[in-house]
Amino acid sequence: MKLQKASCFAIYAVLELAANPTHQLSGTEIADKYGISAHHLAKVLRDLGRARIVDAVRGVGGGYQLIANPKRLTLLDVIELFEPIGRRARATSDAKTTTDASAALRLVLNELDDHAVATFRSITISTMLKLMARRPWANATSASRPARNVVAHR
Amino acid sequence: MKSRAASKPVEGLLIRPAVKSDLASLVSLDEEVTGLAKRKYWKDTFLRYRSNDQAGRVFLVAEYDHRIEGFIIGEVRAWEFGEPPCGWVFAMQVRPRTRLKGIGTRLFEALCDAFRRVGIKEMRTLMARDNHLVLSFFRSQGMMAGPFIELETTLD
Repeated sequence: MKLQKASCFAIYAVLELAANPTHQLSGTEIADKYGISAHHLAKVLRDLGRARIVDAVRGVGGGYQLIANPKRLTLLDVIELFEPIGRRARATSDAKTTTDASAALRLVLNELDDHAVATFRSITISTMLKLMARRPWANATSASRPARNVVAHR
Repeated sequence: MKSRAASKPVEGLLIRPAVKSDLASLVSLDEEVTGLAKRKYWKDTFLRYRSNDQAGRVFLVAEYDHRIEGFIIGEVRAWEFGEPPCGWVFAMQVRPRTRLKGIGTRLFEALCDAFRRVGIKEMRTLMARDNHLVLSFFRSQGMMAGPFIELETTLD
């Protein structure tokens, strides 16, 4: 699954601000760190400001700071600001369901969407910071599980 | 199931195996959270899951300021659909007014330690995806989606 650029930029910005709670960071600093468009990030930060997730401090030495609680703010809270997700997304893009095949396919896609939404909703910004500190992707063994015996118990 | 740095100790907290005299407190705690008093269920659960390393069962309570404020229950399950032994956590509660003090984290860590003592390297759980509170808690402890898919059907 892919997220839109704006959602990814927003998550990067929120994580960066949550990791530096005592500092105000400018949009340019965040954009430089992630190698992303400062112009696009500025628009994203404005949206995060309107949602009362970040606050902008103006003037010399000003910048952005996180005002939402990182232990409560979830990935879903951020993503939903920038794109419809889950069944909401399908409702906006689906053609009318008129056949059994399309209805069955929609049921399967809804199942996938529900999992995606539940995953994003269960991961807070604090949990993401812990995940970044643990770096499980650096552990080669976690990426390759041994082949499983798929014999069902009778 | 990686060993992690232990969380900060919580003053006045004791994590210990559940004993029979905890039953009334457990029923009351569960009733406060779920709204249902399930005396028979808790008696059966205690008899079945009381901590026993050899049987791979773990039933721990959190005593905080001399009151039972939480519990966690798990067991080792082996060879389900060919899967090697792993630890399962299938019940956990912390009294609402004592949440956010680290009691849940200490219960979770104690369960992990109990599984490690009997040689278990992985721990799993299964819960409703709309159980945001507990799902977020397990996520915050480092749990992630595993290689399984839950399936169910209606039996008419």
